[in-house]
Amino acid sequence: MRKQNTEHSQRYVRNHILTDLLALGGRTFSSRLIIGTGKFSSPEVMADALATSGTEMVTVALRRVDLDAPVSSIIDFIDQSRYLILPNTSGAADAQEAVRLARLARAAGLPPWIKVEVIPDPRYLMPDPVETLKACETLVREGFVVLPYIHADPVLAKRLEEIGTAAVMPLAAPIGSGRGLKMEAALAIIIEQATVPVVIDAGLGVPSHAAAAMEMGADAVLVNTAIATAAHPARMAHAFKLAVEAGRAGRLAGRAPELPTASASSPLTGFLHPVE
Amino acid sequence: MSFAEQFSPDATRDAALRAHRATVDEVRSAIACGVPDVTSAAMLLAPAASTIIEELAQTAHRLTVERFGKTIALFAPLYLSNDCVCTCTYCGFSMGLDIKRRTLRIDEVMREARALGANGFRNILLVSSEHPKYVNAGYLAQCVSEVKRVAHYVALEVAAADETEYEAYVNAGCDGVVLYQETYDPQVYAQHHLGGPKKKFDWRMDALERAAHAGVRHLGAGALLGLADWRFEGLALLQHARYLQRHAWRSQVNVSLPRINSAAGGFSPQHPVSDAALVQLVCALRIALPTAGIVLSTRENAKLRDHLVRLGITHMSAGSSTEPGGYSEPGSAGEQFHLEDTRTPEHVAHRLVELGYDPVFKDWENVAPQTAAAAIAEGVAGS
Repeated sequence: MRKQNTEHSQRYVRNHILTDLLALGGRTFSSRLIIGTGKFSSPEVMADALATSGTEMVTVALRRVDLDAPVSSIIDFIDQSRYLILPNTSGAADAQEAVRLARLARAAGLPPWIKVEVIPDPRYLMPDPVETLKACETLVREGFVVLPYIHADPVLAKRLEEIGTAAVMPLAAPIGSGRGLKMEAALAIIIEQATVPVVIDAGLGVPSHAAAAMEMGADAVLVNTAIATAAHPARMAHAFKLAVEAGRAGRLAGRAPELPTASASSPLTGFLHPVE
Repeated sequence: MSFAEQFSPDATRDAALRAHRATVDEVRSAIACGVPDVTSAAMLLAPAASTIIEELAQTAHRLTVERFGKTIALFAPLYLSNDCVCTCTYCGFSMGLDIKRRTLRIDEVMREARALGANGFRNILLVSSEHPKYVNAGYLAQCVSEVKRVAHYVALEVAAADETEYEAYVNAGCDGVVLYQETYDPQVYAQHHLGGPKKKFDWRMDALERAAHAGVRHLGAGALLGLADWRFEGLALLQHARYLQRHAWRSQVNVSLPRINSAAGGFSPQHPVSDAALVQLVCALRIALPTAGIVLSTRENAKLRDHLVRLGITHMSAGSSTEPGGYSEPGSAGEQFHLEDTRTPEHVAHRLVELGYDPVFKDWENVAPQTAAAAIAEGVAGS
């Protein structure tokens, strides 16, 4: 019996887990957790967290990369055979700056993937929808795999999809706030309408937020502050890994309906409809 | 209405005085409510708050890590000149003081910048005294654009300028402007600024807003602690920073709390600020301004700096010299003030690692049209 259970379990993993890949920008990823690299207490702590998170995609701010002194750069602590580096345009305040940063990243030999962040407001760090759209138009045209960070704006998400972005990355709450799915209603619309992957980015504070995002139907989540500033970043990274997997599995399993009243699991009239 | 028009020294003084009667419960309430106004901010500076300083420190630490992570940005000042037409009682560069005077030529500026670059610095603050002939806007813009060749982030701490001059600095690649009000008390200001263009209190007070209008992305405000009551200065600085955050919303606002140090001329401050008061100020500013950078210079000693790192500091200078030419030719000119933390940048960085912080030398890439980075980017456009 135990052997049979083990075989079932292995078959389940083979059929459902290993085949459930995230297809994004012409590649596939078995992890649906993307990690940001800011705020860690050291590059070594960051590298440990990347390892325990199981991530396959890591975003790096170009402004932190010293292209003149690549030896001491944060990039050196990211094993590019394990992780795809997703450069981001953090620091860009308008479309032109974002486009230039993306081109710089490509000129420096980084992958032609770019997470577009256009943030004119250094306090609340809200993305500029108009400039983001403009930057994405140019970068898609130039052949980048473009992943725009946006407010939870369903119309903007569709507009970006139309111009050819590889995904949309709406925020759950202000960056670094750890407040969870504050934009839930708008995120649900984005997810329901999307034809490209939806990566929920920013504001997830604890693993249960990530699980909830995946249960909603997000294709992936991006987490940085919640891991980098945890007391034990590597352990928190692992906790997020488990949460993302649990949330995704729960989504695929098809949840039981939410009812306003109690519903007995063995109704008293069950005998009228015998199970065949 | 500009900040100079809006700011009321009397109301600020009253709020600081009223806070002397604050209770610990009122302080806790101010922390819990996120410090919505000047009255609640005054609670954090009150004597009652000093009795629960550990609570303030814990909150300040949490807010700092949440926003800035466990990182400290390192920068170095590069003094361009100590030629000065201003008479300021506390300053080692004050006109009339018998010190060796010097304004660096561009090649000398670059020698200094390269020396800093060799130490890992990519964030350089160009500092100068005020001399309209030797240190004019054209010279400063040229310094910015040249230093930009070796540094990714270049800021200016120089005379208050008009908007056109700030535009010239921005076009040269200037990323930030630092301009301390010194004191927010106009009477005290007049007592200490006896001659020269720096006498204009309101002009100085509104300079950062002019810089922001011209497109400067990082603004540094501050008060020189020791000239007036520190609680008053803290409250005034808080109002200034909040004004800038609201009216110059595209710019990052940083604040600094330099304490007067010994300088040529032998000035001693009338309102000395203790370490405990400085700690309370740093904590209060962090709680009241969770998104502002807080800058700490090498005026403070190494031990205190190590402690302040955990309380809200986000930017530190290291291995500094306050004399023009001091990195490549030490002793060739008078220094502005005496430095307490004389550790090398490597030593400071190493200590930050020991404290569990990542010392960050580069955190900025200026891709404005005239920069080298932009040229590279345009070179690969569409490739």
